[in-house]
Amino acid sequence: MIHTLRQVFRSGKFVTGFVIFVSLLLIVLIYPLLVPDDPLAIIGLGTFFPPGIYVNVYDSVNVSPYTLNLPDATTKRIADKLGPKERQDMKEFLLAAGIPEEEIDIEDTAKLLDLWEKNYDPNKNIEGMTLAKMRYYQRLNNSLKGLLATEGLIVALPNAQTGQLEQVKVIEQSDYANINEVPNVRVLPLGTDNFGRDVLTELVKAAGVSLQIGFVAGLIATLIGLVLGLLAGYLGGMVDDIIMFFTNLLIVIPSFVLLILISFSIGQDKRGAITIATVIGFTSWVWTARAVRAQVLSLRNRDHVNLSRLSGHSTVYIILNDILPYIMSYVVMALILQISSGILAEAGLSILGLGPRTTEVPTLGLMMNWAMIYQAHVLGKWWAYLPVLVTIALITFSMNLMNTGLDQVFNPALRE
Amino acid sequence: MSKSYLRYFLNKLAWLLVTAVFAFILNFTLPRLMPGDPVAAITARIAQGMSNTTGMKEVYERYAEQFGTNKPIHEQFLIYMKNILQGNFGTSFSQYPRPVADIIRASIVWTIALQFPAIIVGWIIGNALGAMAAYLKKGFDKVLMPISIFVSNFPAFGMAIILMVIFAVNLKWFPTSGGYGYNLIPNFSWEFIWSVIVHYQLPFWSIVLIIIGGQAIGMRSMSIYELNADYVKYARFLGIKDRVIVRYVFRNAMLPQITGLALSIGTMVSGALVAEIVFSYPGLGYTMLNGVMGQDYPLISAVTLIITIMTLIANFLIEILYGIIDPRIKAAQAEEQGG
Repeated sequence: MIHTLRQVFRSGKFVTGFVIFVSLLLIVLIYPLLVPDDPLAIIGLGTFFPPGIYVNVYDSVNVSPYTLNLPDATTKRIADKLGPKERQDMKEFLLAAGIPEEEIDIEDTAKLLDLWEKNYDPNKNIEGMTLAKMRYYQRLNNSLKGLLATEGLIVALPNAQTGQLEQVKVIEQSDYANINEVPNVRVLPLGTDNFGRDVLTELVKAAGVSLQIGFVAGLIATLIGLVLGLLAGYLGGMVDDIIMFFTNLLIVIPSFVLLILISFSIGQDKRGAITIATVIGFTSWVWTARAVRAQVLSLRNRDHVNLSRLSGHSTVYIILNDILPYIMSYVVMALILQISSGILAEAGLSILGLGPRTTEVPTLGLMMNWAMIYQAHVLGKWWAYLPVLVTIALITFSMNLMNTGLDQVFNPALRE
Repeated sequence: MSKSYLRYFLNKLAWLLVTAVFAFILNFTLPRLMPGDPVAAITARIAQGMSNTTGMKEVYERYAEQFGTNKPIHEQFLIYMKNILQGNFGTSFSQYPRPVADIIRASIVWTIALQFPAIIVGWIIGNALGAMAAYLKKGFDKVLMPISIFVSNFPAFGMAIILMVIFAVNLKWFPTSGGYGYNLIPNFSWEFIWSVIVHYQLPFWSIVLIIIGGQAIGMRSMSIYELNADYVKYARFLGIKDRVIVRYVFRNAMLPQITGLALSIGTMVSGALVAEIVFSYPGLGYTMLNGVMGQDYPLISAVTLIITIMTLIANFLIEILYGIIDPRIKAAQAEEQGG
């Protein structure tokens, strides 16, 4: 046993897969201890906030400021509102408004803004311009207001009695708040999803739930497959015929289609994560049963089995002691593959809208489903779907690496 | 056709019929096995917001009549079989009053035209790559295998989404969804055919890529196994040219791969269905998604049945082909003719 383990851990592929898998598992276990938030709590008002550090504006205004005289602050401020694309768009508008091209210098900010201010008319109708473009110019115009101003912003509060605004403080352009002093800062490493939930927290929880689904589905499938395979292979005769008949039937009928039919029949309200896992397990045992049977067939007439039979051991004893240990390595490999395909099956079902009901826990498939429904991939909101895909791929990839490694250890013909 | 091949053929044909009947039974029983009254559940979904109890009762009775749930179970099955054999799948809920058969007829062509070539192309490329990896070893194998393992474990929809984001959303080379331009009506103009071709590319390649990975891994293992077989060592010992040996090796490694294709065609079809969904390709997968969204029981039931039957037929055809190629069956034929 120890010898086998040592051999297994000498396989590079297995170790790589194992390390990836254990790291994922550790993250799933440890992260909730560090960030105890409810993974499904809706924190963002709006959809798809990009990843980043969110600093409370109200708090940072109230923090006592530091003055930093940084030489490129103004340039950066202008560049943020007036990038190369905006300059080009302004030039287009000005050209359409009848300004000769040589007068427009998009590099000279002051001149360009001056020209813009004189010639921009929000109601001007340029031929061929869509409404969206018109709105865009209106927004651009608004954002350019006061761009070159050097004075600070005034913060004012209404007076409790008169209701008149009274100046509270002036925020200079050279004022800086130290982020450590701002009481409310929230880091959203993967932004928020379509419901305004923290994607990272949700993803970790979803990965945990998906792994659970995979384990339950894999265990059920492997157990059924193992028992049926052992019975069919060892007992033979009628039992073998009946079991193999059903196995061969189910092998040609696509299990995914069965899964869809069952999930739909169960109905949205009764579909919990574990129910889905059970259904997946019950529809995916056929391969294991077939393979186990083939292995048992080659074992059952070996000398040690015959000897055991002659010694009067019971069938159960023989199966447990003389057959099972020989196919254990195979069963472990089958289990690993079943877990990973269980996770994929859940994801496939959820994409179809037949996954676990949506109110309790996230799963990787559900997160994909939400991102797809809200068109995250078309809108370029990569943080809503890419991390999910990467997580799924990492889980299945690591498990298959482990499997390939094991295969090479136990099946010397495949060794390099 | 020799006698032994005829026997093989009839055997497979019988198996096709048995599996088809089993598929009908599953399709019939599974929804009825679930707790609760399916017709009541359907009526509840349809009658959402309906306050009129007599109206609800009428709806209930109409569906009970249509599905025959008020009759004994064996009679229900006869009605079900009769309807299916007549191509009558009932009326769609979500696209009322369009018959389900009509919806399926419109989408099945797209699915066959997409999946059949994609699976064949993926299978051929995958096997060629796997055989090359086994034979060339070293660099090629070292690069190809990890990529294949990764790709074959990548979820089918993930591949579709990534291709879509890169080639449709960012590079804008191909459209993001649909089977043809939304401004076109199906006809035989060049414009329409070109539009179909352009829309075809991304779903097609995403399916092909997924299949390549799995096939390459399988073919590589099979080829390595065969390359180490005794007959290869013996042939080398006799001084037979490598090129000749390789031909034998790959012909032998190919046979299990064909059986593998027959057995895994169901999995491939499932993956392809999901790719269809991502690209809103107007095939059966997308129709099924619409059925799920619209809680359209007759549509889902019919689509799952059609997909199953299609898979069974594909499986049957591959096995028939296998029977022609397999040397063991050929040998049996030759023996019979000789004797």
